[in-house]
Amino acid sequence: MLYGNAVAAISSGTHRLGSQTYVPSTPYVLMTAVDAAFEATSAAGAALAFDRTQMVFPDGTEAVREVSFSVHRGEFVTIVGPSGCGKSTLLKIASGLLDATAGSVRVDRDRLGYVFQDATLLPWRTVLGNVELIAELHGIEKSERRRLALEAIDTVGLSGFVNHYPRSLSGGMRMRASLARTLTLKPPVFLFDEPFGAVDEITREHLNEETQRLFQQEGFAGLFITHSISEAVYMSTRVLVMSARPGRIVAEFEVPFSYPRNPELRFDPEFARLSGEISHALRGSHS
Amino acid sequence: MSTVEDQVEVAPAVPDDAPRPIERAGLLARLTVSIIPPLMLGALVVAGWYAVSYLLLDPKRRFLLKPPHEVVQNGFLNWSALSEMLSALWSSTKVAMIGLVIAIAIGFVLAIIMSQARTIERAVFPFMVTLQAIPILAIVPLISFWWGTGQRSRVIVCVIIALFPIIVNTLFGLQSAERGMHDLFTLHHASRATRLRKLMFPAALPAIFAGLRISAGLSVIGAIVGDFFFGRGDVGIGQVLKKYSSQLMGEELFAAVLLSSALGVTVFLTFGWIQTLAIGKWHETSGGRP
Ligand SMILES: Nc1ncnc2c1ncn2[C@@H]1O[C@H](COP(=O)(O)OP(=O)(O)OP(=O)(O)O)[C@@H](O)[C@H]1O
Ligand SMILES: [Mg+2]
Repeated sequence: MLYGNAVAAISSGTHRLGSQTYVPSTPYVLMTAVDAAFEATSAAGAALAFDRTQMVFPDGTEAVREVSFSVHRGEFVTIVGPSGCGKSTLLKIASGLLDATAGSVRVDRDRLGYVFQDATLLPWRTVLGNVELIAELHGIEKSERRRLALEAIDTVGLSGFVNHYPRSLSGGMRMRASLARTLTLKPPVFLFDEPFGAVDEITREHLNEETQRLFQQEGFAGLFITHSISEAVYMSTRVLVMSARPGRIVAEFEVPFSYPRNPELRFDPEFARLSGEISHALRGSHS
Repeated sequence: MSTVEDQVEVAPAVPDDAPRPIERAGLLARLTVSIIPPLMLGALVVAGWYAVSYLLLDPKRRFLLKPPHEVVQNGFLNWSALSEMLSALWSSTKVAMIGLVIAIAIGFVLAIIMSQARTIERAVFPFMVTLQAIPILAIVPLISFWWGTGQRSRVIVCVIIALFPIIVNTLFGLQSAERGMHDLFTLHHASRATRLRKLMFPAALPAIFAGLRISAGLSVIGAIVGDFFFGRGDVGIGQVLKKYSSQLMGEELFAAVLLSSALGVTVFLTFGWIQTLAIGKWHETSGGRP
């Protein structure tokens, strides 16, 4: 992307970043409405595209404003931003749970994977029953949905727990079951709303690796939300930084590392530098 | 003894997350712990009962509280009295269960309708609470006025008394499914019927069972109260109680009271057992205890 956009953004005076002596060293850009035109062209062929999306809730809360970006298949895009800036709202708009008040979203909603912050497993169903649910709701015939479910359960490493009820699973295992459930229909677009926020650090790293492996295997278009910068960099091809409410995309970082990524990457100096820049942009976004 | 064998025994390969089987010794200990205190209290009550009969009441007034062994002898071991009580009890049980089944059917339908439309819920709920607040004794004369004093009126008393907890608990249960789960069903375009059947109804089961246990107990009370006031038709335990009390048959009266309470307890435990069978596998605090 063009550095000129960043200059335009800074000169429009909306960003504190501009007043700091801060020289970006990776491909880095500040997004404004100016970018919309560019996004419109890059959005062609994207699996998921937001176009100047705005959300004003009935009570007058403006959650997101003029958000435009797109995610192609084979891209894993992560959004970081302060709490309450409208990240979940964006995913809800993408999935159709909410209707944007202005702008548009383009995505195939029939095959959309959505992993919630909580595992949201039905307590009266076993792991197998839970993982079968989505195929069941789509009217897929019994033997086929069983096959799909067992395959997905195997992928997340829960094969030994097929007949367990959620209450006898640990938090990490529940999250795995939830992932498996979303996997069954092999969605080309995957939305993750802080899926691993509630599990401990070690489980989280495991789940990160598994998700990354799935991403490589399936090549879906991923849109991921997290509060952890390290998680964002480790997982993504691109990181977007959102401003405080009303949420806008204020910075964008390409992550240059190739997949598969080694967990050790987290201690790489380049990784640390990129994390630092994102952290900096994030602090700047609290305006 | 070889130490190798010992080692094999102490290292079972159970994953951390797997549920552990209940140990036998632990089960026995738990049973002991839960059985001994009520037994001791029961013994105390019987002792107190004897004390009242023999020490507090002078012999002329002892008919007011006959000692336990006389109650057992003349109430439970006297076949003609016992068979009268048991057949009356059976008649009341039937009334209570028919009433309960009807209350469940009506309650489910009303709760489902209310769960589907907030407006209907808002419209109906105040009336239900008002009706519920009318004491059953105030309704009994009205019921006999409209429907006479036969079996049907008794069933109606049971329905009225058992209905409210079923509606309230079922409605509460249907509304208890988490927002995220609803979102999941919305995302995958589930129809209303699917959502009701696969999400709201199973989510409601624990609350429904809680309501059922309350209503089953109330229905038994309704059957006895109805029978007590409606003198005609099959003889139920209410009429038997009335007869014994008016004829000063102390032992039989006591036995009949104990049997009625045993019926209530049986019904309560039966529904607890059904609950455990139905949802015990996945629901934490189901069955056993209220
Ligand atoms: N239904 C609603 N009505 C009114 N305001 C809402 C509604 N839903 C969300 N909001 C507001 O919109 C803003 C964005 O909410 P959202 O849940 O998208 O934030 P978020 O970025 O996901 O936050 P977090 O990181 O804490 O999850 C918040 O200020 C929130 O209070
Ligand atoms: Mg959120």
